[in-house]
Amino acid sequence: MDHINLALGIIFQLCQSLLVVALAPLLTGWVGQCRAWLQNRTGPGLLQPYRTLHKLFLKDALLADNASPLFRVTPYILFGCMWLAAAIIPIIAIDLPFSQAADVIALVGVFALARVFIALAAMDIGTSFGSMGARREMLVSFLAEPALLMVFFASSLISHSTQLPHIVETFSHHAFVLYPSLAFASIAFLMILLAENARIPVDNPSTHLELTMIHEAMILEYSARHLALVEWAVSLKLFAYISIGIALFFPYGIAEVGNWGALPLAIVALLLKLTAAGAGLAGLETILAKMRIFRVPEFLGTAFLLAVLGLLIHFLLGA
Amino acid sequence: MSLALSTQIINLLAAILLLIAFAMISQRRILSLINLFALQGFILTMSTGVVAYSTAQHHLYYSAGLTLLLKVLVLPWLLHRLIRKLKIKWDVETLINIPTTMLAGIVLVIFSFDLAAPISQLSDSVTRGLIGIALASVLLSLLMMLTRRKAVSQVVGFLSLENGLFFAATSATHGMPLVVELGIALDVLVATFIFGIFFFQIRETFDSLDISHMETLKDD
Amino acid sequence: MNEISVLPIDVAGGIILLWIALGLIGLALQRSPSMICRLVFPLGAALALLLAATGLWALAETPNIAVLPLGLPDLPLHLRLDPLSAFFLILLGGTAFGVSLYSAGYFKTMAGGMLGLLSLEYHLFLASMALVILADDAYMFMVAWESMALSSYFLVTTDHKIPDIRRAGFLYLLIAHVGAIAILLSFGVMQAGHGIAAYTFDAMRATPLSSFWSSVAFLLALFGFGAKAGVLPMHVWLPEAHPAAPSPVSALMSGVMLKTAIYGFLRVTFDLLDVHLWWWGVLVLALGLLTAVFGVIFAAVQGDMKRLLAYSSIENIGLLLVGIGLTIIFHVYGKNALAALSLTATLYHSLNHAFFKSLLFIGTGSILHATGERNMGRLGGLIRRMPWVAVTLLIGVLSIAGLPPFNGFISEWLLLQAFLLSPGLPNTHINMLIPVAAAVIALAAALAAYVMVKFYGIIFLGQFREPGLADAHDAGWWERLGLVWLASACIVLGLAPVYVVQKLDFVTKMLLGQGLGNSTSGWLFVAPVDIERASYSPVYFLLAVLGVMSVTAWVVHHYYHGRVSRVPAWDCGFPAQTARMQDTAEGFGQPIRRLFEPFFKIEREMPSPFDVHPRYHGQSDDKIWFFLYLPIKLMVQSLSSWTSLIQHGRIHVYLLYTFVTLIVLLAFV
Repeated sequence: MDHINLALGIIFQLCQSLLVVALAPLLTGWVGQCRAWLQNRTGPGLLQPYRTLHKLFLKDALLADNASPLFRVTPYILFGCMWLAAAIIPIIAIDLPFSQAADVIALVGVFALARVFIALAAMDIGTSFGSMGARREMLVSFLAEPALLMVFFASSLISHSTQLPHIVETFSHHAFVLYPSLAFASIAFLMILLAENARIPVDNPSTHLELTMIHEAMILEYSARHLALVEWAVSLKLFAYISIGIALFFPYGIAEVGNWGALPLAIVALLLKLTAAGAGLAGLETILAKMRIFRVPEFLGTAFLLAVLGLLIHFLLGA
Repeated sequence: MSLALSTQIINLLAAILLLIAFAMISQRRILSLINLFALQGFILTMSTGVVAYSTAQHHLYYSAGLTLLLKVLVLPWLLHRLIRKLKIKWDVETLINIPTTMLAGIVLVIFSFDLAAPISQLSDSVTRGLIGIALASVLLSLLMMLTRRKAVSQVVGFLSLENGLFFAATSATHGMPLVVELGIALDVLVATFIFGIFFFQIRETFDSLDISHMETLKDD
Repeated sequence: MNEISVLPIDVAGGIILLWIALGLIGLALQRSPSMICRLVFPLGAALALLLAATGLWALAETPNIAVLPLGLPDLPLHLRLDPLSAFFLILLGGTAFGVSLYSAGYFKTMAGGMLGLLSLEYHLFLASMALVILADDAYMFMVAWESMALSSYFLVTTDHKIPDIRRAGFLYLLIAHVGAIAILLSFGVMQAGHGIAAYTFDAMRATPLSSFWSSVAFLLALFGFGAKAGVLPMHVWLPEAHPAAPSPVSALMSGVMLKTAIYGFLRVTFDLLDVHLWWWGVLVLALGLLTAVFGVIFAAVQGDMKRLLAYSSIENIGLLLVGIGLTIIFHVYGKNALAALSLTATLYHSLNHAFFKSLLFIGTGSILHATGERNMGRLGGLIRRMPWVAVTLLIGVLSIAGLPPFNGFISEWLLLQAFLLSPGLPNTHINMLIPVAAAVIALAAALAAYVMVKFYGIIFLGQFREPGLADAHDAGWWERLGLVWLASACIVLGLAPVYVVQKLDFVTKMLLGQGLGNSTSGWLFVAPVDIERASYSPVYFLLAVLGVMSVTAWVVHHYYHGRVSRVPAWDCGFPAQTARMQDTAEGFGQPIRRLFEPFFKIEREMPSPFDVHPRYHGQSDDKIWFFLYLPIKLMVQSLSSWTSLIQHGRIHVYLLYTFVTLIVLLAFV
């Protein structure tokens, strides 16, 4: 019985991982398409990211003369980390076997690992933009990372667990309870999501104006398959963040391992939520204006403090 | 779960009130500040309504309606009109930078909860902490008045201070007598008018609404 | 079985004696420096490994006690090897093994006379640290503590011809002694007038103290050990002394000597004192938070690589104090399971920090030898010339930045778990403090990642900032051995947390009466409380990332291709690229300096746009130095000039003083 459960778990795990890896560029495409619509453009279509990835994989990789092995291995590390993140988060089903290997703190650690490697790779070639991008990325992250941790803490205090499956289970399967601390956490999380995924008030994913770049400045020297993997990892990261948001704040409708009947419903619910979230993200990006880089710490500091306040509220209201 | 749904909703609304108070502190633009004030009024209306429903005290419906009318519609409209006439759009300068202000805000929250803890234990009608939140939002409004340069944002601070008091009154004691509420509402309205007149006078005297200019009055 | 059984403490004592002997042999071998390098240091390393093994052996044993026939008449010296000492012996031995191996290569080029002295001081330093850990009476402890301070002082001032180094050494010695006095007084309070026979730790354990006197002893110990550990505001010697010392010495000082202070503090707080008050914990927690944030912010703006590491040590000491503070709080409120958790986190982090900080320090030693440069702004691109150092230091950097699956992450994970499990303390004030403290810890950890990206990126990546760097040579074989040992320790400690936690349980059981245990039977998952609440498996983690990486690489290469061609860097098409266009250390730290401006005393000289030879000079100093130490210094100076008034240098005047004193005393008595 135990073995069957384990096997089922592994099947679910594989299904989810493959599904996420396959769907992530679609989500990016959807956000781009929504932005195009909101800005009165036709847009490249939903499948554009896949076409870009395919094109990039076909090209010959160009490496700078002085690129070290670190530079070459980083795209794979990035991709591996993001895939791992996607495997931890309960996206279509909870209680996946792998999620025990890493809890929310480790999840934050996975993101940090990927970030440190991409920042190091950016400094590897020794161009002016590379180190500028790395410096800015680390500036953004040193506030966003603890803020994310605090958001997770706010929800783990409620569910008495740092395991995402248990958090989701508490929120989705128990009686409906309103948690004031989550109000703070959700606002903070939204701000972190924008910052960590190089979205508009902090960074512009479609910019190629050198002086405003953060993320793009770091990956300037990548080309072909390396760039493709980095881009794919970035889509995966966006997907993972949105899934975290869904898992923490709108977990309703998720399936349990082995419950085949609930699976189609879970997938439909997931797709609906992702569609809505993508459209919302595009809307936000359209109405917000990009900030100056030195406004960013203020923005993220606010997010961090809001998350801390959420924790405090949890203690103070005793709820 | 032990808490009734209405209590949970009130708790959530209280948290949102606090959130709005913090949003006001971290907001630079005066227009958004006024919108946040209106939103605060709306949350207040909702919480009053919930209290009215859950405790079946019908006079609270009237005060909810009054709040809606005055704080969500009339006052924001007045303020909008005011800044349109005064042609000010934003309030860029704060005296202390925003994260520091927010940090001070967090300290205030802890302080006010500490202060409210013995009071909350006396009263059994509310969940622990509502008075703390009300007190915190009063103090936060004061903090905002302290750290802003432009007079308009200080008025918004004053008004949201009153919101905090009102919330304390409804959630802790299920509302004041209607006469008192009417009186307060009238006071606030009148105060806003008076402030408006003041603004015009200040601007005519100093060509600016920056209150740091008023320091020059002392030397005369 | 065997009649004459050998106890761990005998072995440890033997090792200490052998270390001293080795030092003397080194001194005798002055004429042949290569012998010192090839024989003395490797033998010392072997002894260190043996010491670590002894510690591991003693961890599970009952405490061993030895009374030495040495010391003053009727006051024999006592040694004791209990689980707490055993743990710190493991830490000492494991770290010293790597550092001594490394030293065998590092000191190769040093002149014979100096090397002989250095080898004596070095091994005395190791021996005295081991004695501090083993001491079981106040007298032994203070003797060992002072010889540790003195031998390390001489090691710091190895290059004593440089005035700055002499100054750094003096500052170190001064603060070390102020701290030592406080420790001595603390022991005095604990002895509590029970006469001279009560100088053993056993007597102190048995002496009941009122909460007032306990607090006095505790505060004195906090001050004294804090001065040694570099706790705010007694940290000023640390960023001066660490860069001044030769790199292996910095490694030992930062990796091990700071931990002896932590050891002493744990020994006094949890073993010798039996009264605990909640505000002790809050005080230690708050000090720890301040120290951690302060250290990491200052690390971020440093340009000298060893100073950066020194400030990062301050940060880590702060984290350790936070763990201790939390332990005290939990212990006071009787939540011993949680106390065990946070103590485990503290001990684990001590061990981790010993390994990765020594690794980083000896790595900077190799860089210093290869380039002669400590200023990061003149380094760069070394990953292409020094692959051994680069790879091992990458491991160290990832560990210290607290990234999974390396060791730094686990101790932070345990500490954060302790914070998360804290709700429900009966004191509402502490309940409110705890989320704020957790937030500060998270912030410090994230900033540590910033610092380490800066450290690694500026030194090893990019283009050579100076033309001479292209000739830099990699570390030699002995040095590589040391680097690899410490780096693999980081990996092993990161991958086998369950085993380490099991071993740490012996220590927590001794100090708190309760171990952490592991709720799962497997060795793969570390789950401090309950698998439902939190679990983490570094092995699975690593396998998953590596698996996905290799599958991805295979798929990409198989279905597409693996063609690569080398071209000049693109850099958005800018044609002129020089090494000067990269961020310097100062540039990389600039956002932090700007954000945390109130922390620093900043002096900057900016060139005007029209300067033909623009020069930029910037310096960010520690405000505490100016607000706390300078006034003290001035006060002491004026005090001493005041006392010099009564110094005339004439013998009659002094005789007069004696005479007057005698008369006054006689009149009173």
